[in-house]
Amino acid sequence: MKKIADTGNEQNSFTFCVGPVHPALKEPLQFTFKIEGERVKKVDFMLSHVHRGIEWMGTRRNPIQIIYLAERICGICNISHPFAFCRAVESVAGIEVPPRAEYIRTINAELERIHSHLLWAGIAAHELGFDSVLHYILKARERVLDIIEYITGNRITKGIMMIGGVRRDISKKQYRKIIEAMEYYKKQVKKISDILLKDHVVKARTINTGILSKADAIKLCAVGPTARASGVKRDVRQDEPYAAYKYLDVEAITPATIGKETRGDVYDRTLVRLAEIRQSVNIIVECLKSMPEGKIAYEDKIPKLLAELKSVEGEGIGRHEAPRGEVLHYIKLIGNETLFSWKVRAPTYANLLSWVPMLLGAQIADIPIIAASTDPCLSCTNRAVITKHGKHVVIDHEALHELSVKKTLALRKVKHD
Amino acid sequence: MIVIAKELVKQLLKKPFTNLFPAKYAPKSIKQFLRDAKEGKVKLNPPVVVPPNFRGKIEYDEKKCIRCKLCTRVCPAKALEYVEKENIIKYHLFRCAFCGQCVDVCPTGALKLTKEFLLAGYKKD
Repeated sequence: MKKIADTGNEQNSFTFCVGPVHPALKEPLQFTFKIEGERVKKVDFMLSHVHRGIEWMGTRRNPIQIIYLAERICGICNISHPFAFCRAVESVAGIEVPPRAEYIRTINAELERIHSHLLWAGIAAHELGFDSVLHYILKARERVLDIIEYITGNRITKGIMMIGGVRRDISKKQYRKIIEAMEYYKKQVKKISDILLKDHVVKARTINTGILSKADAIKLCAVGPTARASGVKRDVRQDEPYAAYKYLDVEAITPATIGKETRGDVYDRTLVRLAEIRQSVNIIVECLKSMPEGKIAYEDKIPKLLAELKSVEGEGIGRHEAPRGEVLHYIKLIGNETLFSWKVRAPTYANLLSWVPMLLGAQIADIPIIAASTDPCLSCTNRAVITKHGKHVVIDHEALHELSVKKTLALRKVKHD
Repeated sequence: MIVIAKELVKQLLKKPFTNLFPAKYAPKSIKQFLRDAKEGKVKLNPPVVVPPNFRGKIEYDEKKCIRCKLCTRVCPAKALEYVEKENIIKYHLFRCAFCGQCVDVCPTGALKLTKEFLLAGYKKD
């Protein structure tokens, strides 16, 4: 195989497709790799295999119904989407959010970041073949889900956002339990960092794998931890503070701010995400300390709020820093009960193009971890077809995963020898 | 490597973290298991206790309802429907998203959130 790679002959390369359709997919997309030997020489991908028509559905509902529809755009980012949507409506209607509601929104958004990043760390470990680490991290994640259930009433779809505020207050009684959980996470994140960042096999698999340079990150408009790991200091919470972030001092985390060298590889993305969990824990503790008393919503009576929104005209944009990057909602109201237009730009969409420079020159066994490092839905690798000289060989997700596990095991052996 | 190995050895001495609901092992016959559970022959492992203010199945009190239809206007999933013929609000459980918005908007408290969340059944009612 190596010989073929060295010759670089066009005839010896073959096309390798990953994706696109599987009944359980969240974000189906199709990768086409041109492979020479074990190395990826050319990357292409195709999007828009499913169109759920959520924006169209939104134009047939009133703004309060859309909050719950926006929640269901993404199962993990179910605070981020309603948050951005509510900010867009508030900017059109000129609604001012009470300070206490802003703090509660911030706490919920940060709890979401903790559970999203922990899930990502687990999945990254699984892609490398460390399944015991996956179960260990998911066990740690359970605590934050319990806290979310405790303060909002449900584990995943929180249903706490409302235009002009939030629906549920955090009582003094609940403070203690949240702070206890945050203490637990301070310890737990340190342990997880030790497991993931100091292990020599993980280091061998992730350092200098899937490099995204700073120039590429800026050119391809990467957002969130993907961009920050490449040294781009960009965070909506820092650049345009909103909600309670304007009362707090939030700094975008790049490897340089933690005092590490910036390479922009998978290792740096792990580093940045784990540091962001620590940052979120600190933000929540600080919010609970400095939360003012007062109203939690601009208008308690929903029918009155609906009537007010009915007469509003104009366009608005809402932004929020979701766990994966910046989420943007655009809306247009024309004095009807329903919206005239609604556009959502989710962070994964902006991060997709950065896959191309990351995957160039990578090995086939590294594809799962590189694709997972931007935190997309990885179920797209569930099926792959290799076409070699007109002959089709089908590789499914399990086989691809096995390749990745094999590489890890081989690395472990090398070290022991 | 050493850190995770230490943690894994510790786990061996602990009880499983997962709540084994409804039984420790998968029964050979689910129908037989359900029959036995009804008669009290087997003991079920209870599910994890839900916190107060949990958003579960919605309860509808026809007597308290004044038919203002506000709940049908705010329901995002159109799970609440006003039936003109019978003059009642019909609750479609299988469409419900359990957001609890109808409970917030109800002026008389005819709609209530319950803690019930085990909603699998044989019929659509």
